[in-house]
Amino acid sequence: MNSVKLFAWLTLALPLAGTIAIALIGRKLPGRGAGWLGSGALALSFASAIGALVSLQGLEHDHRQVVAVGWDYAETVGVDAQISLLVDPLSVFMILVVAGVSTLIHLYSVSYIGSDAGYVRFFAYLNFFVFSMLLLVLAGNFLLLIVGWAFVGAASYMLISFWYRRGTATEAGMKAFVINVLGDVGLVLGTYFIFKHAGTLDFLTTFESVQDDFAYNDADLVAGCILLLVGAFAKSAQVPLHTWLPDAMEGPTPVSALIHAATMVTAGVYLIARMHPLFEWAPIAANVGAIVGCVTLLVAGSIAIAVTDLKRVIAYSTMSQIGYMVMAVSAGAYAAGLFHLMTHAFFKALLFMAAGSVIAAMAGQQDLDKMGGFRRAMPFTFGCMVIGGLALAGVPPFSGFFSKDEILLLIGDRGGWYWILYVAGYLGALLTGVYTFRMIFRAFFGEPVAQARELEEGHLHHADVHTNPANDEVEDTEVGFPGPEHHIAEREPTMKIAMGTLALLAIVGGLLQIPKVTHVIDHFLEPSFADSTLYEREPSGGLIAFGLVLGALVGIAGIAVAYLIWVKNPQIAVRARERLAPVHLFLVNKWYFDELIDLLIVRPAQWFGAWAQQTFERVVVNGLLVGGTTGVVRAGSSAVRAAQTGFLRYYAALIVVGIVAMTLYFLLVS
Amino acid sequence: MDIGWYLTVSALIFAIGAAGVLTRRSPLVVLLCLELMLNAANLALIAFARMHGNAEGQIFAIIVMVVAACEVTVGLGVIVAMRRRRLPIDVDELRELQG
Repeated sequence: MNSVKLFAWLTLALPLAGTIAIALIGRKLPGRGAGWLGSGALALSFASAIGALVSLQGLEHDHRQVVAVGWDYAETVGVDAQISLLVDPLSVFMILVVAGVSTLIHLYSVSYIGSDAGYVRFFAYLNFFVFSMLLLVLAGNFLLLIVGWAFVGAASYMLISFWYRRGTATEAGMKAFVINVLGDVGLVLGTYFIFKHAGTLDFLTTFESVQDDFAYNDADLVAGCILLLVGAFAKSAQVPLHTWLPDAMEGPTPVSALIHAATMVTAGVYLIARMHPLFEWAPIAANVGAIVGCVTLLVAGSIAIAVTDLKRVIAYSTMSQIGYMVMAVSAGAYAAGLFHLMTHAFFKALLFMAAGSVIAAMAGQQDLDKMGGFRRAMPFTFGCMVIGGLALAGVPPFSGFFSKDEILLLIGDRGGWYWILYVAGYLGALLTGVYTFRMIFRAFFGEPVAQARELEEGHLHHADVHTNPANDEVEDTEVGFPGPEHHIAEREPTMKIAMGTLALLAIVGGLLQIPKVTHVIDHFLEPSFADSTLYEREPSGGLIAFGLVLGALVGIAGIAVAYLIWVKNPQIAVRARERLAPVHLFLVNKWYFDELIDLLIVRPAQWFGAWAQQTFERVVVNGLLVGGTTGVVRAGSSAVRAAQTGFLRYYAALIVVGIVAMTLYFLLVS
Repeated sequence: MDIGWYLTVSALIFAIGAAGVLTRRSPLVVLLCLELMLNAANLALIAFARMHGNAEGQIFAIIVMVVAACEVTVGLGVIVAMRRRRLPIDVDELRELQG
């Protein structure tokens, strides 16, 4: 076994070992031992990922796609189900991002979740999630991909419902799980469509022969790719399967940072990038992906301006940014999409961590309406939030500026109707600036609220009565509810280290790929996309310059608008809300997507269920099928039963008559 | 002597026995009549054995007697048990197995 394979297996095995170890001995460890054990496992996993990177770079350029076969899971007629990993630049890129960000978020959680009664359980789940995610991105065939895909869905469910005695959290978990399972079904069916023609589950074999197995834009391939997209949309919260993501904010904040911002929700982007030979051979499906991504980025951006829940603002922003990525990888801008995936993981995890710190200072309260003036009370958190916000809004030279710009640049370069996406992308960028800084201005500027003033005097606000921020229900701090105390970054060194590292990455991450200057990501990922016709196009210098200037201007304009409305003249916000009441209502109700899904799917399903139970089950199944059969048997048996009188002499007479009749018959015949 | 007469007597006894089984209600008499039927069959067996001049039919008649003795033992035992449990000694009254 060469070192690439070894490091890949190690990367995968360490979080699994961490899960098992924490589950078995976590309770026996003193203090925050379980958290440190989980973080340690992840740090080692990240080190192995770096090992995989180094040894992969040591290989020849054309040999950087290594398949590590563990064993044959099942070999039946025509199905080659192997436990195999595909280690290539794309998967190594993903494991670096996943393991790296996960390590930092584990480190953050060591303190953040420190007072919770479910501390050990939290880290067991979190390690399990990282294992699942690594399995997903390292999978070398469709089978293992589906397994990883389902595992991350399950881990996400467990972590959203982490506070399992909080009704809103368990409901949100179920919602996420149901929608994710819908995506799983799409993925499995899509795999079937492709397997039907390719005859193999292995990625590389499928990709090599795709042009022989399918005609260009073959109906089966398009259907398969669109079904894969259904899986990607459900996992990556794209319209119309996005409604679970804002609700998933019911989970603890580190979970939101890790699963619902940095890693799991980007699985759809990874999937499309991984399946690029299929999508390039079925451009209809790819266009569907690009359009849905574009619609999502606008829809989510507009909602983020109106919602007042701090975490939900960031959640909608995540949806919007993933919309960019989905649009990018669907339109063939693979490296740009993945580059944005990486920078987004940095700054969005940072934003969530900062938001978690603010929420902790508010003793669990998440409503922006009740926040304000935390600037002086929490300088470190404020600094991190601003860095994350600038990166998200795409202000040079922060990382988000380069990655978002690269996406729009390559989309604009494709010309044709892609110009619509190009313009919509910049519109979305404007929205991004507005909602990001609306959130920052409302939480950190203005008159300090009571909690902020208390913190300025050195006391962390502590709620006398613990309530659920979603519905103000009174809760205790037992297991299954959030713990009694909260922890802020200013007072916890591990949180500071995690946030500081991410802040640094959010600032410098963009330097990896500056148009015309550096091409680190492009060159690194090149072997994975060697067969692509759309990879590494060189846009004209004019377009690049125009895009960079426009991107910077749009980002700054968004911030300026937010400053004008929410700091300079807060009356504008109030008046705008009154003047545009219907629009505001429409946005606050999230474009009525929940109601629409309820009307179109949930209610018909409920109606059908009621019909099936009351009419079909009772009348047809119970009455006709079961009742009919028993009725026939009962009638027959009662007829036969009449012959059994119990009179001994009657039986004897029957025997005599029978024998006499038989005898007479034989006598007459012979 | 013609074998026909033997068979006539045998058939007559068999018919008397069968009529008794069908008409009488006392289980004791029913058993007696059953015995009559068996003995009618025995008579026929022995008559045929005589006609053929071999012993097979006679041996078979002895086996029938053994079976009849067993049957009477069991039957009388049942009747004694019925008597002890104060059940009516009447085959028409004993019809609990009806459907």
